[in-house]
Amino acid sequence: MAALARKADVTADRLAVLDLPQGGKWATEARQAALARVNAMGLPGRRDEYWKYTDPTNLTVPEAPPAALFDPRETPVFDDTERLQIVFVDGVFDAEASDDLEMAGLEISRLAEAGGHDIHWAKDVYGVLEASGQAPVERPLAALNTAYATDGVLIRVTGKAAKPVSLMYLHKSETSDAILHHTIRVEKGADLTILENGPAAARFNKCMEVDVADGAAFHHIRVQGRDHERRAATHIFARVGAAATFKSFTLTVNGRLTRNEAVIEIVGDEAVAHIAGASVGDGDFHHDDTVFVTHDAVNCESRQVFKKVLRNGATGVFQGKILVKEGAQKTDGYQISQSLLLDEDSQFLAKPELEIYADDVICSHGSTSGAIDETALFYLRSRGVPEAAATDLLVLAFLAEALDEIEDEGLREGILAHLEGWLARRRR
Amino acid sequence: MLEIKNLHVKLEEEDKAILKGVDLTVEAGKVHAIMGPNGSGKSTLSYVLSGRDGYVVTEGAAHLEGEDLLEMEPEERAAAGLFLAFQYPVEIPGVGNMTFLRTAVNAQRKARGEEEMSAADFLKVIRAKAKELNIDAEMLKRPVNVGFSGGEKKRNEILQMAMLEPKMCILDETDSGLDVDAMRLVADGVNALRDAGRGFLVITHYQRLLDHIKPDVVHIMADGRIVKTGGPDLALEVENNGYADILAEVA
Ligand SMILES: Nc1ncnc2c1ncn2[C@@H]1O[C@H](COP(=O)(O)OP(=O)(O)OP(=O)(O)O)[C@@H](O)[C@H]1O
Ligand SMILES: [Mg+2]
Repeated sequence: MAALARKADVTADRLAVLDLPQGGKWATEARQAALARVNAMGLPGRRDEYWKYTDPTNLTVPEAPPAALFDPRETPVFDDTERLQIVFVDGVFDAEASDDLEMAGLEISRLAEAGGHDIHWAKDVYGVLEASGQAPVERPLAALNTAYATDGVLIRVTGKAAKPVSLMYLHKSETSDAILHHTIRVEKGADLTILENGPAAARFNKCMEVDVADGAAFHHIRVQGRDHERRAATHIFARVGAAATFKSFTLTVNGRLTRNEAVIEIVGDEAVAHIAGASVGDGDFHHDDTVFVTHDAVNCESRQVFKKVLRNGATGVFQGKILVKEGAQKTDGYQISQSLLLDEDSQFLAKPELEIYADDVICSHGSTSGAIDETALFYLRSRGVPEAAATDLLVLAFLAEALDEIEDEGLREGILAHLEGWLARRRR
Repeated sequence: MLEIKNLHVKLEEEDKAILKGVDLTVEAGKVHAIMGPNGSGKSTLSYVLSGRDGYVVTEGAAHLEGEDLLEMEPEERAAAGLFLAFQYPVEIPGVGNMTFLRTAVNAQRKARGEEEMSAADFLKVIRAKAKELNIDAEMLKRPVNVGFSGGEKKRNEILQMAMLEPKMCILDETDSGLDVDAMRLVADGVNALRDAGRGFLVITHYQRLLDHIKPDVVHIMADGRIVKTGGPDLALEVENNGYADILAEVA
């Protein structure tokens, strides 16, 4: 009882400092429904089973714990890629820095301006995928996001997007507390790539709902910024239709606290859903990947590939589940979560789960935690490769399986270069 | 070239002496062979010289061209010109053979203050050398030694040696696991590198390899010491009679 009362207090304190954004009818309805969900669930606390490995306190306290500004010359990751750029500074849209929100085959608008318009498709997605992702496990921070998001993009894709849409998040205030919500619908046979990068804010709550219709393709590549002290809780909710493709990759370097949740529901036959993450942490770094993939259709493939390199007391968490519903025959599910611990102070906590209610499926999962291979390290050094460079080679080799999930070669190379730069700067 | 004096080595983990006073000098331009029963310390000697962890030198010294090897990191020894062809080459998943070798070649050049090799030059040279060793281009692209057959791994060691052009080459049972043709390829690879400025220390159990790589000096190692040194005939004697006579004679 005391725990419940405390949860109610934490929730009330947090909501007290927030204002429900005003706007048109559909958005207001969605926000109010989400607010009711938040109040019913309460914000996460340390005692919640789903937060056993990650303390949510700093994600739920009323004020964002301050985060010092890092090098403003955040390594530009996607600069070699032609893209439509949309910039948010501490969660506030920057019209100056952004491109015109126009591209053939795309309808792009902003949540902050969308309320007044009757965007019929958004009604079916905004808060809807999030609400459906609240069972069997509650995700109150996502409901909070739906209720209070101040902005974000609404993108409907009807054709093949000529270039990726890039969301760039700059962090310029030490106390910023940003809540953004993106809503995406990729219509039948359409194709979109979303790029995201940057630390965003001292504290960032971000939610992305993606509805991938039959035969559509959605690719997502994200780099979470190099700020040391930022904190973030992010959610991706995806609904994947028949013969559709959903692929998401995230690179995380630095960040005091990151919780990336992904909730993917495969609802159409012959669909493919891959989600991957590579994270490298040094010191005060806590990174949590929490993934829930549901197979509710026949002959679908899903992959979860998560790799973490940890040192100097960094912590990595993986909670991953594959749920194969009754009738989801011929499911091919794969899940791997691995950590490379570069010293004894670092730790990796993993909870891999399979829950299967169909009999004709292939599902495998594995989780490992290990140190650098000393024999391989010596072999490299015996050929003249200095210890630090040899370690980096082995680190990159360890992460390769996750990076290989990036389909576009140019983007993969860009991410690799970004990672190599980070590793090289960390050499001692 | 390589000068080993009264080298005593024990294991770091347990108080067990493996090398018990090795004395050995390999002159530039010469090929020395070491033979000896299993477990006599041949591989240990090669690891200690190249700087592997897990061993403690309790006495003695090892110098390469006058430089104190034992004071150096493994990569410094490599840059100074030491090379070990491993008895058991290591598989490194995720690291491309080509990337690995180019990183190694350029790291050594950098350490010696030389200019790095361009990607194009590197490619040209490695293709030619790989061809001589009958290593196909596909193998160069694969991760280091992963999925290579035993013989392919050994040929890959010789390819690395050919690319790095070390001054002092130690070959630890490079002949084991090789078929007759591969043995000839490997021997040709080694012979091609033989010159007045380079020394070789060839560890082997069989006379066969020494038919192709003619040694100048043959040593017999037993229980952590060089117990006998002679000319090429010594290898023939081992081949014909085994170690019993020699060991009895020095006991
Ligand atoms: N790390 C280790 N831990 C335990 N014992 C070791 C270790 N390294 C070497 N030894 C022991 O030291 C002795 C010498 O081993 P080494 O591998 O040097 O022999 P070798 O002469 O190369 O044998 P072979 O001809 O079989 O290759 C052996 O008894 C071996 O078991
Ligand atoms: Mg041996």
